[in-house]
Amino acid sequence: MTEPILEISNLHISFFTKIGEIPAVMDFSMKVMPGESMGLVGESGCGKSTVSLAIMRDLPGVGRITRGTIKFRGRDMAEMSTDELRQIRGSQIAMVYQEPMASLNPTMRIAELLMEVPIVHEKVSKQEARARALDMVKAVKLPDPERILNAYPHQLSGGQQQRIVIAMALLSKPALLLLDEPTTALDVTVEAGIVDLVKDLGHRFGTSMIFVSHNLGLIRETCDRITVMYSGEAVETGAVTDVFQHMRHPYTQGLFRSIALPGTNKFENPLVSIPGQLPLPHERPQGCNFGPRCSHFEKGRCDAADIPMLDVNPSTRHESRCLRIAEIDWSAAPERRAVQAAVTAGEPVLEIDHLQKHYQVSANEIFGRGERRTVKANEDISFTARAAETVAIVGESGCGKSTLAKVLLGLETASGGKVMLAGQEIEKTGVEQRDTATVASIQMVFQNPFDTLNPSHTVGSQIMRTLEMFGVGKTTEERRQRMLELLDLVKLPRAFERRMPRQLSGGQKQRIGVARAFAGHPRVVIADEPMSALDVSVQAAVTELLMDIQRSSRTTMVFISHDLSIVRYLSDRVVVMYLGYIVEQGTTDQIFEPPYHPYTEALLSAIPIADPRYTKRRVVLEGDIPSATNPPPGCPFQTRCPRKNQVPGTLCETELPPLRDLAAGHQIRCHLAQEILDAMGPVIVAASAETA
Amino acid sequence: MLQNVGVLGIILGVIARFWPVWLALGVLLTLSFLYRRKLGLYGHVINSGVGFAGVTICGFWIFTALLAPLVAPFGPLEQIAVMKHALPGSIEKVSGIPFYFGGDKLARDVFSRMVYGSRIVLAIAPAATAISLMVGSLLGLPAGFYGGRIDAFLSFISNLVLAFPVILLFYLLVTPGIMETAVPYVMAGFFFIFPILFFVALFYTGYSKQKNMLILLLGITALIGGWLYAGLVFDADPLGIVHIEPNELNIFVAVAFASSPGVFRIVRGLTMDIKTREYINAALTRGERPWYIMLWEILPNARGPLIVDTCLRIGYTTILLGTLGFFGLGMASESPDWGTAIKDGSQFLRLYVWPALVPAVALMSFVLGLNLLADALREQSLRD
Amino acid sequence: MLKFLLRRLGVMALTMFVLSLVVFYFANLEPNLKKLAIFQTQTRASQQELDNWLERNGYRDNFFIRYGRWIGVVQQQPVMDPETHTIVPRFRYCDEPSVPAYNGVLQGNFGCSTAFKVKVQDKLPSALVATGILMFWVMITMVPTALLIGVLAGMREGSRLDRGLSILSITSTATPEYVSGIIFTVIFASWLKVLNGSAATATSEGISFYNFTLPVMTLAIYGVGYIARMTRASMAEVMSSQYIRTARLKGLSFGQVVMKHALRNALIAPFTVIMLQLPWLLTGVVVVEAIFRYQGFGFLLVSAASNNDIDLLLACGLVSVTLVLATQLISDIGYAWLNPRIRIS
Repeated sequence: MTEPILEISNLHISFFTKIGEIPAVMDFSMKVMPGESMGLVGESGCGKSTVSLAIMRDLPGVGRITRGTIKFRGRDMAEMSTDELRQIRGSQIAMVYQEPMASLNPTMRIAELLMEVPIVHEKVSKQEARARALDMVKAVKLPDPERILNAYPHQLSGGQQQRIVIAMALLSKPALLLLDEPTTALDVTVEAGIVDLVKDLGHRFGTSMIFVSHNLGLIRETCDRITVMYSGEAVETGAVTDVFQHMRHPYTQGLFRSIALPGTNKFENPLVSIPGQLPLPHERPQGCNFGPRCSHFEKGRCDAADIPMLDVNPSTRHESRCLRIAEIDWSAAPERRAVQAAVTAGEPVLEIDHLQKHYQVSANEIFGRGERRTVKANEDISFTARAAETVAIVGESGCGKSTLAKVLLGLETASGGKVMLAGQEIEKTGVEQRDTATVASIQMVFQNPFDTLNPSHTVGSQIMRTLEMFGVGKTTEERRQRMLELLDLVKLPRAFERRMPRQLSGGQKQRIGVARAFAGHPRVVIADEPMSALDVSVQAAVTELLMDIQRSSRTTMVFISHDLSIVRYLSDRVVVMYLGYIVEQGTTDQIFEPPYHPYTEALLSAIPIADPRYTKRRVVLEGDIPSATNPPPGCPFQTRCPRKNQVPGTLCETELPPLRDLAAGHQIRCHLAQEILDAMGPVIVAASAETA
Repeated sequence: MLQNVGVLGIILGVIARFWPVWLALGVLLTLSFLYRRKLGLYGHVINSGVGFAGVTICGFWIFTALLAPLVAPFGPLEQIAVMKHALPGSIEKVSGIPFYFGGDKLARDVFSRMVYGSRIVLAIAPAATAISLMVGSLLGLPAGFYGGRIDAFLSFISNLVLAFPVILLFYLLVTPGIMETAVPYVMAGFFFIFPILFFVALFYTGYSKQKNMLILLLGITALIGGWLYAGLVFDADPLGIVHIEPNELNIFVAVAFASSPGVFRIVRGLTMDIKTREYINAALTRGERPWYIMLWEILPNARGPLIVDTCLRIGYTTILLGTLGFFGLGMASESPDWGTAIKDGSQFLRLYVWPALVPAVALMSFVLGLNLLADALREQSLRD
Repeated sequence: MLKFLLRRLGVMALTMFVLSLVVFYFANLEPNLKKLAIFQTQTRASQQELDNWLERNGYRDNFFIRYGRWIGVVQQQPVMDPETHTIVPRFRYCDEPSVPAYNGVLQGNFGCSTAFKVKVQDKLPSALVATGILMFWVMITMVPTALLIGVLAGMREGSRLDRGLSILSITSTATPEYVSGIIFTVIFASWLKVLNGSAATATSEGISFYNFTLPVMTLAIYGVGYIARMTRASMAEVMSSQYIRTARLKGLSFGQVVMKHALRNALIAPFTVIMLQLPWLLTGVVVVEAIFRYQGFGFLLVSAASNNDIDLLLACGLVSVTLVLATQLISDIGYAWLNPRIRIS
């Protein structure tokens, strides 16, 4: 039997702070064989990043390994000298990080950064190092390698930067590659390209990989094996196919059920959120960490003593940290709430007609040309949203969705076109000019819950100020009552009135954001990626909350996102944007079934799917999203469109495609002939039906 | 021949004379240390070594200034002819108390002058800093928030003042002759309006929807503000309590003027940074007016760096005061303020060291205490 | 780049204009003019005679015309004695043209110094050179020391070396020149007697370690502390950044990480700080030249101010303002050039 590249046995890591010892990782074991890729999955605070730092021996000063061993190629790393460790780092174990821009030294050229690796580790000459760097840049599929080598990091896009980080890591052909959320900061279509690249290079060089992520779907598509972590412990580990088809830990199953998989639907098959909250590191329960939130919890047994990893299937090394593996009926349907009746949409509330928004941007003062350039953020946007309807705006960075939200809210005024809100024209009125009723009738739930509340004021006072501004209630006492009612509405205890934002978790802060948005009985609520900064298990709960409130108040929701799986789950209509234009719009079914706009096709293919019952057709886009200051001529998508050659001549490069109707309410902006559109097959296909 | 208590006598005697200060300081530090967990930021500062040292030194000088008559054995202007250029420790015959740090060229007790000098410094420096804080904030907030022309204009003015060498500014502004012109009064009038404006704006924006509260607060502000303003600027206080010497007013204005651009820069930078946060966007979408956002949403979140800067700025203001005194500008020539005392003492520095050394070390220690405090505050507020 | 430079020069010119106006205004305030007239007429003149003298010598003309004359955009009129109908210059010791001519700053004429009784341009250049030499030695001492302390302290934040160096830096930022000057003179000149407490000999006999060390040290101390603190902060921030972690995890040694990766990022901010220290150093120079009796620019400024020497004061003011604005410009350009993110957009 070959020796594992990395073997972690019963690892315990603690942080020693002024308050005392805080255990971060407990009884963690993992084995990675040569050429294998292992996925490490968990939510924030589960300890997965701590584990990867521990492997690199780069724990922050207060962190220490208190028990257990990490063996690299059979040698205990604790016995290695600092020099030996330094030699291993970068040459035998390499790491790729979450934020590529921050990981590259802004004052050094790419060539210097890359050349360092072979020079320091293998002592090669400068010419040799540069040749190797050039090869690597070509291997990570970057165009124009010479120009890239001479560039500074800020001159590259996010996707290009991450490829450079990967190139840097692979330059000395390491035995083990650690990737810590390498694609979280990137756009979906760019992410797909990176994931493809990593898999391809891994096979080519035979590198073992540890892929840390919070995204189950990503792990399923890229890794051979998986380890699921919860609150510092590994709770389940095994081969990916095995674990995903035969989940044997309640947390893994709970995680799986709270993700918006292709089969879920907000009416018939809603998400099931995991109740309760992640325990604080110094308040972990006795026995099973997941116990308080587990529906199969058995008092007296599950909280008696620490639970070890127990075998599920020794032949595939499938283990789980649950005492009741054999007893629980894993295929039973979860307790679901009562199925909700579908809601019918009402009258049109928001009508947007050929909306246009252009910005003037001045270039760099000192060293730039100093000319003013126009950013065409929104071009010819038209759609309608009706009462109780959810319209999703889908697109990646630079598509103009944030600008659209700003125009609707009055933070910007339109350059052209019309926006009607309940019969009133609002595109030219900024928020200062709008009357109180109009301001209250269109509100927003923001993206970043950690920044959405002012840290210097109590939660209650902030809601009350919102109520003041919306003219709700005539006295302070009336407003206070309404504020408490709002807290009830978002299912938070009334005691939160006096709490400061820093005492709340991300999910709780987002609920306050929801409460604020609905405080003035709005007609339209814009939700700008409200879940993207939250943990998976919290996302489901907040999604449900949003749906409930919308249903009961019949508010129109404009849901901005890049995550097509959640879009499919909760929206009625979808608008797909690219570089300021609407490229496709229609009902959810129309969008997710063929015919597609080529961009929609690629977007659908880029979403990682965690459900093994579905397979995907692969469509990977080359290159990066063009800059909004310098859009390509003709069709905005033509620089990356995989179907460009299916259109005769140079039509795509010269002429902007017109908006076409495919069916009732289904529009597409593409030059492709009707036959080609009809011949498109679906991207996401249901495979054999096996229970999870 | 004068008798001398000797080196040991000096050391013990000085320590003994500060007994009210030691008492007050002891009470403060003990209470602070015991309740440090409940005292928020201050508690954290006390907990760190650097912060504790800073609080001790600053507390020492604050109590010295407050309790000066109890600590100093002689008056600051009292001259006893035989003690001219006396050695440290020489005993004054009539009272039997020694001149612990000797006598200066005009036969005054150096120790007592140091003690009384702290009163002047601790009266002017924090107050001038407070004024420049108001001015800088009220101008820095719109500059950072609005950007564009307002920012360009205000930054231009701020750079004007910053580019002007401080010493030249003082020589032009703080001369005896200038009191005959209207310049100091115009400038005082301009600067002292800012605190009033600040509170008016604060209450008006924050309580715009609560009419009763608003009227009450504005009324109080107008009353107290108007009274202080009349007394300080026009010397027209009907009650006769608020009064300031014309040359002191001049110094006040000059020092506040010199430190305002620094506060402006910092507040402007902080505003530009905080402006990008999402809660500011949230405030805009619910229709808040710009000045509400600046004063109630942005400013409270800038308090960390501002507090640190205030500590440092009081130190800087103290140094400026010392500079003024050193060049004989502003203060009366017999004033015990440390800058003037250093100037007096440096005349015979080669022969008689103590008259200049004592106020120099006093000034340095106070600024050191402030800097240590600022450092501890900075570390703690980063941790928040 | 050119546009930026032109715009900055334009702002600079505007600033100079406004500041020179302010200096001119304050220097020519009524009490000062009165003192000047009293001094010049020398006898116990009546109010009427003082006014006459002022009027005759053009001090009562319109403010902007006087300003224009000083700058050199308005012609200076020779002063006519109404009784003798001959040209009587304002001051005996400096020749003024006997015909109307442009004779102001733009033409290189700074006027006449009443304190030293010579033309300003006879006094100013040598003083500037003397101060320039002092500043040169100060910069040479101050900058490398401060940067070294800052880098060493910020390299390992929280270490004992850092704590020690930080306390030292904080202490030195608490010592303005009049404090450090006194303390150093006491220690080195009075007690240890190794250095000269006066630099007056520097101008006459030339500079030596013996007579120049104290002034240089005094001026440098405050700046060292401040620059070291800023450098430390910049270094600490850089060392905790992600790209330094990347460098470390690439297998580079601590020394390599600091020298090759950290320094070039950490030293960008201190550059601006050093440049912007100059206005403060100007104040320090005045103090130091007073304490150590060194006849440089600061000494000139103090003499002008305390002796109500209007022309000299104006000249010193103009020179200071120019220096400060020039360093601001250099600092802006330098910062933009050092930072690749701005240099290459």
